Amino acid sequence: MSQRKRSRGSGLTQGDDEDFSVVPTQSPSQVQRNLESRSQEEIDRKVTELVQFLLVKDQKKIPIKRVDILKKVIREYKDVYSEIVNRAGRTLQQVFGLQMVEIDTKHHIYILTSTLPRVEGENLKQDIQTAKLGLLIVILSFIFMKGNSAKDSAVWEFLRRLRLNPGEKHKVFGDVKKLVMEEFVRQKYLEITPIPLTDPPEFNFQWGPRAAKETSKKDILSFVAKVGAYGGSPFFFFFFFFFFFFGGGGAEGRP
Amino acid sequence: MAAQMSDAHRRFLQVLMSHGIMEGAEARKLHRHCCEISKVYCAQDKLDDFVSTINNQLQPLFMQIRKGMSEVDGRTHYALVNMAETEITKMASDYAENELELFRKTMDLIILSENGFASSTDILNCADQLKSKKMKKKEAEQVLKIFVDDKWLSERDGEYTLHTRCIIEMEQYILRTYPDIAKKCNICHSLAIQSQACETCGTGIHLPCIGKYFKTQSKPRCPQCNDFWPYEIPGTK
Repeated sequence: MSQRKRSRGSGLTQGDDEDFSVVPTQSPSQVQRNLESRSQEEIDRKVTELVQFLLVKDQKKIPIKRVDILKKVIREYKDVYSEIVNRAGRTLQQVFGLQMVEIDTKHHIYILTSTLPRVEGENLKQDIQTAKLGLLIVILSFIFMKGNSAKDSAVWEFLRRLRLNPGEKHKVFGDVKKLVMEEFVRQKYLEITPIPLTDPPEFNFQWGPRAAKETSKKDILSFVAKVGAYGGSPFFFFFFFFFFFFGGGGAEGRP
Repeated sequence: MAAQMSDAHRRFLQVLMSHGIMEGAEARKLHRHCCEISKVYCAQDKLDDFVSTINNQLQPLFMQIRKGMSEVDGRTHYALVNMAETEITKMASDYAENELELFRKTMDLIILSENGFASSTDILNCADQLKSKKMKKKEAEQVLKIFVDDKWLSERDGEYTLHTRCIIEMEQYILRTYPDIAKKCNICHSLAIQSQACETCGTGIHLPCIGKYFKTQSKPRCPQCNDFWPYEIPGTK
């Protein structure tokens, strides 16, 4: 099998399979030698697995962590990690018109974005997903700002100021009340519990377990801090959010 | 003859991928739209050729755009499926182990049933017998809703059957895994989850296929054993 080598700079040995948090730095000739010790088929198979893994995660709008890539897909092929990732990237571009974009350079977290020019009104399902995610993050931020728990009346009042009325059918979101109280709860982004002994019944909104996993309160706080500079108006909150999290892509600039 | 992969193909694939499955008419509209955007000539009625070009690229990735018929309305649908040999591979990276186990149990119930449906009660009863990790009924209900959202299951009046997308993707797996129980439609020879079956010989036919096959017959008879077909023919009300 592979000999124990000391890679430059990181002080890591390549025989260490348990540590999936770091990728050993290697010279191109080292990568080449590692490649040669693997069959073309083995590498192809890993590239295919990685492409499938990335696509599945991205379809669910789950950002992909490098740690997971290494642990679940690359595994013992860590020594040719860069080659596998590069080839997967080329396949994504060639077949799907997608590319990997690092959204968190410290923890190495990626999403896939389209390299095709964006068109208004197409990809309807994807756009709705993005908008829903936007709404969700705004609600999570509001709950966070309220000390991690907010009453339903406060949440709806806040959303009403964003022109999202629970009684009306929204152009993009449809039944907003259903989206917030059923879909987001089902996906475990929100936890809505009834407050006992209230009549008419009132509810408590909190972050659900998935929200805590996928966003850190630190991320939300840094977002909220930026918005604070605009006077904290909820309209700017919402508007600004889209630029902060989803950028402008192309013609529109970044804040 | 195989055309080159272009941005029109990539755009089509991105949209189809986000939906998972698309009805034929919708897919043709998307084909025209993608060609227009990329300023590529759109050969009318050549959607299947367009799809072949994409499939050539998808093949090394064990993926494919596959056509299949809906058991409900008989319409052709296009689905992006995973062709890896290991069962339920695509699902595997999406769901927890006990969720997958619940899905397999649901699939058992559906395929073993008379009418291709499993009641919510029966499925929920499986929830606290799961070997991987027991699930409370409330949690199982949520998981079922997710399977419906993700188009693996379809729900009707509190009963669950396999979604068209699931049938298209898992047809081979199902025929392999339930060799003596899973039925093939006598008319179109595809897997039949919902079907009417002849009382005499047990031959099954998709409801839309029955409608098509018996349209011209005044006295409907079983295509296999020629006995009188006892049911109401769908679409003749």
